[in-house]
Amino acid sequence: MRDLVRNIRVLRWRVLARHGALALTTLFALIPFVWMLSLSVKPPEEIFQPEFHLWPQKFNGLENYSVALTAAPMHLFLINGLFVCATIFLLQLLVCVPCAYALAKLRFRGRDTLFAAVLVGLLVPPQALAIPHFVLLHVFGLLDTYAALILPWIISTFGIFLMRQFFRAVPDELIDAARLDGLGEFEIIWRVMIPVAVPAIAAFGIFSVVAHWNDLFWPLIAIRSEELSTPALGILLFRDDEAGQFLGPLMAGATIIVAPLVVAFLFAQQRFIDGISFTART
Amino acid sequence: MSGIALSAVAKSHGATPVLRGISLDIRDGEFLTLVGPSGCGKSTLLRIIAGLDAQDSGAVVIGGRVVDGLRPKDRDVAMVFQAYALYPHMSVFDNMALPLRMRRLSGAQRLPLVGALSPGRRPIEEGIRHEVEETAALLDIGHLLSRKPGQLSGGQRQRVALGRAMVRHPAVFLMDEPLSNLDAKLRVQMRAEITALHRRLGSTFVFVTHDQAEAMTMSDRVAVMMAGELIQVGAPDELYADPRDMRVAEFIGSPKINVVPAAALDQGTRAAMAAVPGASALAFRPEAADICAPAAGVLAGSITGVENLGADIFLHVAARPAHSQGALPLIVRVAPSGRRFAVGDVVGVNPDPARVLQFDAGGRRLKARERVAA
Amino acid sequence: MTAVAPGRQHRLSHASLVAGLAVAPAVVLLALLLFGPALAVAVFSLTDWQIGASSFRFLGLANYQALFADRIFWTSLVNTVIYVVIVVPGTVGLGLVVALLIEAQPSLRGFYRAAHFLPVMSTMAAMAIVWGTMLHPTIGLVNRMLAEFGIPATNWLRDPRTVLPALAVIGIWQGFGFAMVLFVAGLKSVPQSLYDAAAIDGADRALDRLRVVTLPMLGPVTMFVLILTATRAFEVFDTVRVLTQGGPNFASDVLLYRLYTESFDFLRTGYGAALTVVYLVIVVLLTLTQARVLDRRVHYT
Ligand SMILES: Nc1ncnc2c1ncn2[C@@H]1O[C@H](COP(=O)(O)OP(=O)(O)OP(=O)(O)O)[C@@H](O)[C@H]1O
Ligand SMILES: [Mg+2]
Repeated sequence: MRDLVRNIRVLRWRVLARHGALALTTLFALIPFVWMLSLSVKPPEEIFQPEFHLWPQKFNGLENYSVALTAAPMHLFLINGLFVCATIFLLQLLVCVPCAYALAKLRFRGRDTLFAAVLVGLLVPPQALAIPHFVLLHVFGLLDTYAALILPWIISTFGIFLMRQFFRAVPDELIDAARLDGLGEFEIIWRVMIPVAVPAIAAFGIFSVVAHWNDLFWPLIAIRSEELSTPALGILLFRDDEAGQFLGPLMAGATIIVAPLVVAFLFAQQRFIDGISFTART
Repeated sequence: MSGIALSAVAKSHGATPVLRGISLDIRDGEFLTLVGPSGCGKSTLLRIIAGLDAQDSGAVVIGGRVVDGLRPKDRDVAMVFQAYALYPHMSVFDNMALPLRMRRLSGAQRLPLVGALSPGRRPIEEGIRHEVEETAALLDIGHLLSRKPGQLSGGQRQRVALGRAMVRHPAVFLMDEPLSNLDAKLRVQMRAEITALHRRLGSTFVFVTHDQAEAMTMSDRVAVMMAGELIQVGAPDELYADPRDMRVAEFIGSPKINVVPAAALDQGTRAAMAAVPGASALAFRPEAADICAPAAGVLAGSITGVENLGADIFLHVAARPAHSQGALPLIVRVAPSGRRFAVGDVVGVNPDPARVLQFDAGGRRLKARERVAA
Repeated sequence: MTAVAPGRQHRLSHASLVAGLAVAPAVVLLALLLFGPALAVAVFSLTDWQIGASSFRFLGLANYQALFADRIFWTSLVNTVIYVVIVVPGTVGLGLVVALLIEAQPSLRGFYRAAHFLPVMSTMAAMAIVWGTMLHPTIGLVNRMLAEFGIPATNWLRDPRTVLPALAVIGIWQGFGFAMVLFVAGLKSVPQSLYDAAAIDGADRALDRLRVVTLPMLGPVTMFVLILTATRAFEVFDTVRVLTQGGPNFASDVLLYRLYTESFDFLRTGYGAALTVVYLVIVVLLTLTQARVLDRRVHYT
């Protein structure tokens, strides 16, 4: 009996300790978001006053957010982000999927060489190619256009590799059956491989969109016009702007930039987490 | 007219030969089974007939037409695969409709998205729906048409795979171990259904299996393959009673044929089994011998097992021939007759000399003709 | 045996035509956007070319000599290494602890996982700005909280002693949720039977289980997370660009930021290219180690 009581006490202590520790790390993870949201609805004088309130005494959210939305083309940043990420991803698929299919399921001369090239390509960090990409775009007069944001990314060795690994797991019999049913190779890709590979495509899509929505390095190099900025670059331009000197609107702007992905994540957590860890582990 | 004629079909993977010149005529409407141990090249041969692989040399003729170089879909063949190979993302209906759509809809009508709107597609789709439903009814899967393959049992998937092959009325059905993923009971049932199907459709069936029981029960003729070669082609009873090769004799029949090395026998026993000069192995089926008193038997030994199947009893006997090192395991069938056998009983075994098959050192059958000559 | 079947040639050529069509776009783009440029960087690094200039001279290894003689380059390399050395153990350790805590009991698992993963999803440029205000010397949250305990204010991002650790904390903040998710996946793949066996062998207390079963089984995942985190830490750029621009007095200058300023602010293309080559070599070596480890991981499991 005494043992039982002791066990229950130990158990309860353990539950409490776990929640206590996790509350701390959760606080660490979330506090910047809370801080951002809090400041984004505060008037300037409250931000600078010595005592701190999580919720403002005078709600200034409407003003801050409307300044953020009007002083900088915040909506353009988001639209640009959406457009650029979607285009990159679609083009990546268009290039990667047939190549991955051929690497996984067709026999042709040079296949091993091509796959080796893809593996070598995986090693190259994209930042290392910034100079020649810049030069190339400069030569074709494409700097400071959407094309500059999109073109360097349409070949993804990672995408080829990922899709190839996935396609290899598709049984050969399925493809043979399709050939007997009268499908040509490209029809096999469209009607059989792509539908079967939806999980892998979703994972790659999440990876690709998150990477390019959040990328700062390349837009900083390729883009000069504010109207062409992607979200990450946009918030930086906004900060260095006049209106960005005010913390309330700046935090409101940051919230607007961060929100789309975070909201998407909250709606499809499992998908995102599976996708990101799937791509990381392949 | 859709027989299949293979002439000297050969194929190697790299340096290793997989098929060594296979010549075989399969008659129109015949049910031919390819049997052989794993890795002997059955699937490879089937894939060459289907056009999924190309042979290195030799020719394939289907229905009087040389099909070498024709793509699988132009050969008028359908194939049923071991793991069914159903499209996991399509409903049963779409799985079965796909081969018809690919043949009847034009390239433009098959285009993604826009194809659905193209004129003239409706009546074709109607026809396809009708035919799919007809075939599904025939296979008793009409109620499953809207399901995905993942929601079906193994037997149901097997039927859908058959349906997908049947729906376009091919001249030739190729089946690569289609029953090996089913449990034993279902397998026996599907055997019967496939033979019934064959009778009804009247098309040519080429059926691959490594299960000799399937081969024996289903086929008009059986082709036995070993190591890339055809060893013997014949009706099941012909292969059973008159095997041309030791490997065929051993592969066909269950329980396995009894094989006695001639060297293990003394002169008298050899004579009693009608052994001819040059015979290195004597073989007899379980039903080609009688049990008798130990002293009266040509061979004798103690019973190591009794397998009572009701209509038949199989006795496992460890015979001890004169020059044999260890025991020689034999299986003898006896009719249930009131006599009880127990493990440990010593019995005699008397093979019927007329039904003893004799093979030379290379495993080739020594026929009666040769016996007379010798 | 020698006669080739008449259709074979035709079939083969059809198959290779299809394969050719399928890989052609990828092959062209690989050459144009990846291998060509990689080669170009190497060539640029041997010249004095500047973007826009119509002529150039070959300098041999002069750019590299200048690079290795450049104190700022060495400072940025050392800073990068210091940053990596703080971020990697911090991220991996915190990620592991959080994963173990989350998986220990079922309650609120989903919430904790999502909460810790949120920083991974967020746009670093924006969140860096937020961190900047949190680290602000007077109105920042950090100093306000420290003031409660009577600790004097620090100007975290302007003090050469604190700037790198401050950036590293931000790096850990963004990465540890990712490490956590990978560890959780690793924990899920530890078979229950091992715990049962350990319990029968007497290791039934939580800490014993951790020591005997969990940690050894996580070994391969840990290696993987470690190297992935290291590669990412090596690519630190956003926080530096947004918060410090390498300052104060180069105390937070890192390789990638150096690469960016030399190549695109000062337009010293040749010099930037040499720096890129050095950066490339370092990252490739790191990634190759990763591949080696991954290879071994396959044999383990
Ligand atoms: N792509 C290949 N490369 C090299 N060898 C191969 C290849 N495909 C098959 N083989 C070899 O060819 C031989 C015949 O293979 P096949 O699949 O035709 O055998 P099978 O008789 O169908 O066997 P099973 O009963 O196991 O299905 C095997 O020895 C196999 O190892
Ligand atoms: Mg096979």
